Amino acid sequence: MIGAVLTGMVVILALWGAIKTPYDPMAMDGAAKFSGISLRHPMGCDQFGRDIFSRVIVGVRETMLISASVVLIGTFFGTIIGTITGYFGGWLDEIIMRLNDAVLAFPSVLLALVIIGIFNSGKYQLILALGIAFIPSFARIVRGEVLKIRNLDYIQSVKLYGASDFRIILVHILPNLKTVLMSSVLIGFNNAVLAEAGMSYLGMGVQPPNPSLGRMLSEAQAFIFTSPLTAIFPGIIIVIMILGFSLLGDRVGKKS
Amino acid sequence: MKYVLKKLLTMIITLLAVSILVFFAFSLIPGNPAISRLGTEATQESIDALTHEMGLDRPVMVRFGEWVTGILRGDFGMSYSYNQPVMKLLSQKLGTTILLSLMAILLTVLLAFPLGIYMARNSDSKLDIALTTINQIIMAIPSFFSGILLTLIFGVTLKVFTPGAFVSYKTNFMGCLGYLFFPALSIALPKVTMVSKLLKDTALSEANKDYVRTAYSRGNRTKAVFYNHVLKNAMIPVITFLGMTFADIIAGSIIVEQVFSVPGMGRILLTSISGRDYPVVEAIILILAAFVVVSNLVVDLLYHKFDPRIHV
Repeated sequence: MIGAVLTGMVVILALWGAIKTPYDPMAMDGAAKFSGISLRHPMGCDQFGRDIFSRVIVGVRETMLISASVVLIGTFFGTIIGTITGYFGGWLDEIIMRLNDAVLAFPSVLLALVIIGIFNSGKYQLILALGIAFIPSFARIVRGEVLKIRNLDYIQSVKLYGASDFRIILVHILPNLKTVLMSSVLIGFNNAVLAEAGMSYLGMGVQPPNPSLGRMLSEAQAFIFTSPLTAIFPGIIIVIMILGFSLLGDRVGKKS
Repeated sequence: MKYVLKKLLTMIITLLAVSILVFFAFSLIPGNPAISRLGTEATQESIDALTHEMGLDRPVMVRFGEWVTGILRGDFGMSYSYNQPVMKLLSQKLGTTILLSLMAILLTVLLAFPLGIYMARNSDSKLDIALTTINQIIMAIPSFFSGILLTLIFGVTLKVFTPGAFVSYKTNFMGCLGYLFFPALSIALPKVTMVSKLLKDTALSEANKDYVRTAYSRGNRTKAVFYNHVLKNAMIPVITFLGMTFADIIAGSIIVEQVFSVPGMGRILLTSISGRDYPVVEAIILILAAFVVVSNLVVDLLYHKFDPRIHV
């Protein structure tokens, strides 16, 4: 319940950020530099006098879009790899899964940093890097489920009817992955938000002056002695996002 | 023994695979590192000369062979931007990161075990419910934000430590430990919540099993049953999780070093990635990979020791 409320809040903020922001998130106002909380600026202003609330909601929108793309890449390729290796088995399965486990052993932030090192930093590069880093965990989950389903009686009987492998996978296996994918998508989304915030904190994601939550934190850190509020709000929003999605993920996981 | 050998062999193969992937990935990137070092104004002659000096004009396979044999001798080549052997550049930073990671894992164990045991023994008490709720919230705080909050509370307001005043462990070991305490804490906090929750959950599910009932029916005291039977079995998944966490803790230190301005591996990794200093990046990735693989090996062996039935 709390998870749904928090997630709802985040979605509203993201939509708000997508449609219209109270101020131009990039507009600087020298007079408003480091101004505290007020009716005009509910979260105050940063070192350039930019409205933090406007930047936060655009940042939420960016984080949501990036995380959704990352999870989409991970789920799509993870499902393909997991289904093929799980269904056909054999030496291909052995090789790919060994590779998969080796990649899985590395923390996704580290892997994403390597890929960023190859492709350079930026928003789309970050999506690609995190997307690749997220494939193995989805592949593993899907493979395990496909292995289970493959040996069920109804698949055997469809086989006796002469259905092709392609048809079995498409019609009889993929739809049954729905429940397992649902909860891992939510958990993946949660991890993606965390990874995106971490990477943009390190300066590897959305590039300035475009707002991103992680970047706002790292920029605000320089002024922590004089105006700590600049760091607090983006941070709290990140916490709310992660808390909301993880509570929601727990619930869906328990239900299925 | 055969089990250990098999594990060692897999470890070596994994490391070899990582080194191949890392080396070729960075070799195939378009663009000549010599040009990025000299700038766009450089003449063709100077570019050619530097390319030759850096050995980049030779075939990729030859360079790979030299790189691998060099590593076996502990030589990771020369850094492009610092003009120093990579190993010399990294040695002290490596020590700092290891110290930070060890402190973080120590803090995780020291905080999570008593907490998890308390929550398991007093489950559904008011304090347990409060702790579970706090746990859930702390779990959602990324280490870089908790680092900023710790800096704000202990550095800026209470002045327990001075943010940015890192001292090397070589000049002042205790001072270094003192400075690394808060970075280690911010890495450890989310792990503490996960480990204590896992410990509580597994202990509670163990407590419902038949052998526990048998132990009670033989007249054992609650405390003895908990520590001698339940906890012992609940430890297995917890230890596996701790082992997997070790990799995460190293990755976490990359970010947290940035928060607390600790000059460790994370910092130089980031500057080397943006400065396209590939020998340094390759070396760091390989060293971190070695850590991950070795810690996984240790976990597997411990796992095997705790429960000889298990062959992972």
